[in-house]
Amino acid sequence: MKYVDEFRDPDMARALVERIATLTANLMTNRQLPLQLMEFCGGHTHTIFRYGIEQMLPDEIEMVHGPGCPVCVLPMGRVDDCVDLAERPDVIFTTFGDAMRVPGSRKSLLQAKADGADVRMVYSPLDALELARRNPDRQVIFFALGFETTMPSTALTVLQAKREGVTNFSLFCNHITTVPTIKAILDSPDMMIDGFLAPGHVSMVVGEQPFRFIADVYDKPIVITGFEPLDILQSIHMLLAQMAEGRCAVENQYQRVVQAGGNVAGLDAIHEVFELREFFEWRGLGSIDHSGVRMRDAFADFDAERRFSVPNLKIADPKSCQCGEVLKGVIRPWECKVFGTQCNPETPMGALMVSTEGACAAYYNFGNLDELLHKRERKAAVSS
Amino acid sequence: MSETVKQPVVRGRLRADTITLAHGSGGKAMRDLIDDLFVAGFDNPELSRLEDQASFDIATLTSAGDRLALTTDSYVVDPLFFPGGDIGKLAVSGTVNDLAVGGARPLYLTCGMVIEEGMAVAQLRQIVASMKATADLAGVSIVTGDTKVVQRGAADKLFINTAGVGVIARGISLDAGSAQPGDCVLINGEIGNHGAAIVDARGEMALDNSIESDCRPLASLIEAMLDACPEIRCMRDATRGGLATVLNEFATASGVGIRIDEAAVPLREDVRGVCEILGLDPLYLANEGKVVAIVPAAAADSVLAAMRAHPDGVDSARIAEVTGGPSGRVTLATRFGGDRVVDMLVGEQLPRIC
Repeated sequence: MKYVDEFRDPDMARALVERIATLTANLMTNRQLPLQLMEFCGGHTHTIFRYGIEQMLPDEIEMVHGPGCPVCVLPMGRVDDCVDLAERPDVIFTTFGDAMRVPGSRKSLLQAKADGADVRMVYSPLDALELARRNPDRQVIFFALGFETTMPSTALTVLQAKREGVTNFSLFCNHITTVPTIKAILDSPDMMIDGFLAPGHVSMVVGEQPFRFIADVYDKPIVITGFEPLDILQSIHMLLAQMAEGRCAVENQYQRVVQAGGNVAGLDAIHEVFELREFFEWRGLGSIDHSGVRMRDAFADFDAERRFSVPNLKIADPKSCQCGEVLKGVIRPWECKVFGTQCNPETPMGALMVSTEGACAAYYNFGNLDELLHKRERKAAVSS
Repeated sequence: MSETVKQPVVRGRLRADTITLAHGSGGKAMRDLIDDLFVAGFDNPELSRLEDQASFDIATLTSAGDRLALTTDSYVVDPLFFPGGDIGKLAVSGTVNDLAVGGARPLYLTCGMVIEEGMAVAQLRQIVASMKATADLAGVSIVTGDTKVVQRGAADKLFINTAGVGVIARGISLDAGSAQPGDCVLINGEIGNHGAAIVDARGEMALDNSIESDCRPLASLIEAMLDACPEIRCMRDATRGGLATVLNEFATASGVGIRIDEAAVPLREDVRGVCEILGLDPLYLANEGKVVAIVPAAAADSVLAAMRAHPDGVDSARIAEVTGGPSGRVTLATRFGGDRVVDMLVGEQLPRIC
């Protein structure tokens, strides 16, 4: 398939893996700890598992799978709010597919649907707006979710609805921001990450500039990365090369999509519709300052949180969950006490088991479960 | 049951344009529906007797083999008509295939229909005609049936249940638990066409392509495979849950491992495209005309040749091998050079957000 197969070429992969191995060997001559590289984005995590990239890498490279799966990091209380909205008789609640299965404290949207709520899966916020046009006697709420990647399309849909004077369309806004979250991880005392693969699609919107502080202030190399397997290997190589040369900079591997200045029209739409929240609650990471957006006052009519009284419940993460430590690379997913036993994709306890893009779900689905559980036992035996 | 008095048969005529609750009431309207649509449509002497049951001569059955096979399946699909088929073709093919993959020669089917009131008679006629055509193709007769009409909203247009009876010839023994390390896994063509066609036919994606469902009866192909090698270990049709699910079932039942060679799995470019866009995995997409067979390595070439010589197996391929283990584990050697586990799906595949 054109524009796809070129980025999955096995011969080029082998060549890159060899170069990565050489660089890694050089870097390891004067260090004991493994090289920890974080891919922030859930899309990268998915590619890494789908193509078996981890096994191709030298043992000394540990990929840390970051919090960049917007479905995973959604706190349970927000899902409960969704269910509350969806269960109102005059509401059509619209959502992206993978948010359907996320468990709330009472039920998921999928269960709410089975119980009679009018929950519909859409592929774009524009589909939700179209539903609003066709159902003037119903309130259509779009569950706006995702990082900066999905913000422009939501913002443009709201602007369109306002232009048309649609009065029965609103957003339940749960958009979150990338940079404050990476900063929160970098500020965490037990963090040992050596370099970052920056999210390609977020970068397409925000550009390179917002990531500079990672190199400038925290002295970590960072490479904006595409989503095909060769993109990931090449970016890992670029990170290692920076380390080998003792440099720290923002580099752009995903030049075929990402421009240094980002998507100006998209950013304008975002700034017109949204403003930063003081803080936003993350599943697994807790509250992070300025890590979410809400709708500006000028768009209050399109804000489901203001139009409907949303319960806004706070539900604490289960105590046994170690998602936060996994997200920061302090432990590997399979080292969590409940991984694969109490916490599995059918009954996820923690954020990272919720969506297929969550690190734990990826290990569970694509990894070797028995071997991982065995490894955990051995490790526990050694440390006790 | 009442005794039948021989008298000239006067067939009812269905004049309504839509099905109403009256057509399920047991009265004249229902009789008209059954006569005009089902008896005339399925057109075979056993059904035309209009008894409450079909009856067969045991000696004829036993001459064809030493075991009876019985299966049932219910069919619900939205939309009812999709590129490459419709619910009727699906309802016959699915049950015929469930018999055939057990090594049985399919002979008779039943047909139970649950119809939502308001369904267009013309559509129903078209579906019955499609069932008849598919049954003829598969060499089976639809010999008895049942009709219910339910209120609007109580069913989604039309649900069909078919049960099937077949005979397994002496010496054939297919068992999901009999795969052995070293065996080869064969499939009769491209995966995922049905699943992708249905996604497409729902029209939610406005994708421009020409993917058709692979929906078809496989009895004749499977007969050719068993002729080529009666020692085939096991066969399943890879329907819901796709190829990945069937291979997991084999691996678990046989206590073996299975290693898929991604590059060898036949996959249409446009099906791959749909999967790329929606974030779906073609290994889990539904098929309605794909048989997956595990055969002893020594017989793989001859079975593959027999499959490729058959119109329903032109694109057949050897896609995986059975390994010593770990038991129950299915892995995929990716085209990219990596390896990953291919597990059972937890729920439905949902499109990814970004």
